[in-house]
Amino acid sequence: MTGVETSEAVEAEQKTSLRVVVNGTAYERVVPVRRLLSDFLRHDLGLTGTHVGCEHGVCGCCTVLVDGRATRSCLTLACQVDGLSLTTIEGVKSADGGLHPVQQALSDCHGLQCGYCTPGFVISILEVLNSPDELDLSEEGVREMISGNLCRCTGYQGIVDAVRQAAVAMGRDGDAGKGAPA
Amino acid sequence: MTSAPSFGTRVRRNEDERLLTGRGRYIDDITLEGALAVAFVRSPMASARIISVDTSQAMALEGVHLVVTCDDIEHLDTEMPLLIPDPSLTSPRTQRPLARGEVFYVGQTVAMVVADDRYVAEDAADLVEVVYEPLEAVVGVDRAVASGARSVHEGVAGNVAAHSRQRSGEPDAAFASAEHVTSVTVRVERSSAAPMEPRAVAARWDSVLGELTVWDGTQAPISVRGGLASLFGLDEHRVRVVAPDVGGGFGQKVLLFYPDEVLVPWAAVKLNRPVKYIEDRQENFLGSTHERLQVHHIELAATRDGLVTGLRDSFLHDTGAFIPYGLAVAQVAAGQIAGSYRIPNISVDFKAVYTNTVPVTPYRGCGRPHACFAIERAMDVLADDLGIDRFEIRRRNFIGTEEFPYDRPGLIFADGQPVSYDGGDYARALSLLEEALDPPAFRAEQEAARSEGRYLGLGLACYVEGTGLGPYEGGHVKVHPITGKVYVNTGLSSQGQGHATSFAQIAADEVGVSPSDVVVVEGDTGEFDWGVATFASRAAVVSGNAIRKAALIVREQIVHQASQMFEAAPEDIVIEEGKVFVQGVESRALTLAEVATMSNPLRYAFNKAAQSATQFTPAARRDGAALAEGAHPGLEATDYFSPASTTWAYGVHGAIVEVDPATFEVKVKRYVCVHDCGRMINPMIVEGQVIGGVAQGMGGAFYELLDYDAEGNLRNASLMEFLMPYATEVPRVEISHLETPSPRNPLGVKGVGEAGTIPVAAAFASAVEDALAPLLHGHLLDVPLSPTSLHAATRAG
Ligand code: FES
Ligand code: FES
Repeated sequence: MTGVETSEAVEAEQKTSLRVVVNGTAYERVVPVRRLLSDFLRHDLGLTGTHVGCEHGVCGCCTVLVDGRATRSCLTLACQVDGLSLTTIEGVKSADGGLHPVQQALSDCHGLQCGYCTPGFVISILEVLNSPDELDLSEEGVREMISGNLCRCTGYQGIVDAVRQAAVAMGRDGDAGKGAPA
Repeated sequence: MTSAPSFGTRVRRNEDERLLTGRGRYIDDITLEGALAVAFVRSPMASARIISVDTSQAMALEGVHLVVTCDDIEHLDTEMPLLIPDPSLTSPRTQRPLARGEVFYVGQTVAMVVADDRYVAEDAADLVEVVYEPLEAVVGVDRAVASGARSVHEGVAGNVAAHSRQRSGEPDAAFASAEHVTSVTVRVERSSAAPMEPRAVAARWDSVLGELTVWDGTQAPISVRGGLASLFGLDEHRVRVVAPDVGGGFGQKVLLFYPDEVLVPWAAVKLNRPVKYIEDRQENFLGSTHERLQVHHIELAATRDGLVTGLRDSFLHDTGAFIPYGLAVAQVAAGQIAGSYRIPNISVDFKAVYTNTVPVTPYRGCGRPHACFAIERAMDVLADDLGIDRFEIRRRNFIGTEEFPYDRPGLIFADGQPVSYDGGDYARALSLLEEALDPPAFRAEQEAARSEGRYLGLGLACYVEGTGLGPYEGGHVKVHPITGKVYVNTGLSSQGQGHATSFAQIAADEVGVSPSDVVVVEGDTGEFDWGVATFASRAAVVSGNAIRKAALIVREQIVHQASQMFEAAPEDIVIEEGKVFVQGVESRALTLAEVATMSNPLRYAFNKAAQSATQFTPAARRDGAALAEGAHPGLEATDYFSPASTTWAYGVHGAIVEVDPATFEVKVKRYVCVHDCGRMINPMIVEGQVIGGVAQGMGGAFYELLDYDAEGNLRNASLMEFLMPYATEVPRVEISHLETPSPRNPLGVKGVGEAGTIPVAAAFASAVEDALAPLLHGHLLDVPLSPTSLHAATRAG
């Protein structure tokens, strides 16, 4: 919070108070209105698992769930999530506290290398696998599903395989047979 | 005896769990109490004189601690080192941390602001007033070498930083007697590594101990440490450089020094407060290095049967405004220009050329993709000229299995050693590709499709990759007496390559534990500080072999210690899954922790194992000293590996594409990759490297181009406009592995980090050209292959 207090004189530093639930914990904070949600999570709450790759909404590294919806935290102001409930990568786990099936699948399928994009992918995939919508688990369908996130390391193949594995593990593979790999 | 080897198996990565749960530690994740943030004032001009810089308004802003220009940075106001000098590099120019008097590219650092946080630092940077007098910008290699071009740097006529000429065999004679000569000019565009985590540096000065700690997202922590110690006049052990988790590097993160790498530590010392600089995406495009732009004019002398007898290549290499990394990119391109082919007579010349653009240093492939594009496109054109099949012409020219080691006398590689290929079966790789793609069946399909107005094409490209360059790396292996875990250190660092797993596998097999019981710590000069860096696909070869050597010594130590404890012959000692026992009496096994404890003569009994290790136990009673002369306590060893020569990986990629003749959208139907990187430590990780490389290569083949206008403005310095492939653009990659052990290191491994990228642009150009053959006027010799460029290539005229 150092940054908040010491830069009071800057005109842009109008502040507002904010109540938010992140990964089940309630927080109440005073933040400058221009504070990005990504900076709020990382620097104010110390939840550094959410990464920042572009700060202009393209790469998806900063994706978090806001009331269940995948949201770019770099394009969101902290004050916009007042009263809402968030899930970040730190809150993703299986029922027994171990790796969530999505995380497990990414490891099994070598869907991560440097890991910088990974939290964003986990969150984006979770949103879809948790949604009630019908899934398209064909090669194209899965690629479309994860096309909001950039990864510079993996070439995506391991991530595509992981989505399918996780869908099976989560009992969402009703459509898995549709559309064999190209 | 040991457990089943993990070498060669798909061991799941040790690093994954941390990274999957948000517990990665990238530089901006490291909390430094009271840390200040840096923002830079960067030049908006490609070439200009600096008339004045006024920092007063910025300084007056609340929360600002420091605003400095070149006048304020003391001993740092100097040109940064030329990292790799070369006799042909006659006009080297390197950058100052902050511009003095003149700027040379858009994005060059002019002033630095240190403030309470990045928001305030950026506000203040906006308040720094710089008055420039614009000069004519020199953009584009062709323009830079044209007669009458302005000099980017005073005194560098023609903008030529270096002119290099190399010969192998008798190229002039080969061309004089050639039955046929094919010549083409090819162009590979400027691009960026664009790692998902931009660069970052943090520093803390401990004024009590006089110690500087720098967290740097670098591929070369030890080299950065040496350089910083020298710049700051500190002994090396007073400077600790840590590369923690790094979000991709691909070459961009190995340069000493980027301005921030020296200015952030300087500010931390000056202010006696921790300081952080976290590059944003735009700065990554404008302030971190680029690569790729080369224009090759390549000629092949051949017989009518398509046997290539000579190669002449002359190319321009755009080095941007400075040449801090020397000639590495151009040198590698020159050394590999003849690719997989025998071609006994070679002449290769290049000029490294200054332009008013971001400086160029190696990016995944480092000259190899450029050289591969030149030779492979030339081979396709030669095949077409002579009416020979594109597979067949390659087969006729491959270096044969019996010809290895195959030398190209007169050509020097980027390690300063003569080019000498170590081995492989190039023809077999091609056959595997043919089996996978079935060209005759494809031709039938292609013909049928054409009659329906659909355009299918098949293309291929072969490559070689000089990997595992010296000079050396080290490995340190230690068994910890409390946990029994095996710790491994090496000097380079990981940016996602999975070292914590591959290196663990190597040590695990030699010591006799499971890879998950090996803890690899690297990228921290506080842990291990001899070595070089991660680049040139060298980690597995150089560090891998060093770690193996150290692990073998530790194994000997364990056996020796255990044979004394069990009073058994050394050859009867078994180490399996972290247990040590005498063959046949597993029931009396000791843990590695116990053996490690026993190997250290103790006075104090702090735990159960320690009780039996004290000097008071009957077992410890011996004649003379507890440690024999020359012995050391513990199970621990350090060793080094220094390769005498480069290892050469190789392979061939093939693609089947469909091109829409109206929109020129290219759909990839198949992508097949046959490769040989010697023995594989972990095939899963190898495949990840190859597939990731293919995706990056696809970017270069179709989308990625750093678009400078004539004034030297980079028009697409954002991920919105610099088009990196998403999952929807990248095809599923089918991989076949060949494993020819390299004779040049005991593990038999070759590097694989860059292989996937190298032939991709050439393979796609070949495939798209094949698809559009009925519509094209000439060959596709430039990448990226954008819809616009394809449309232009098919237009009548
Ligand atoms: S950091 Fe938010 S989308 Fe890239
Ligand atoms: S794993 Fe490195 S960017 Fe995706």
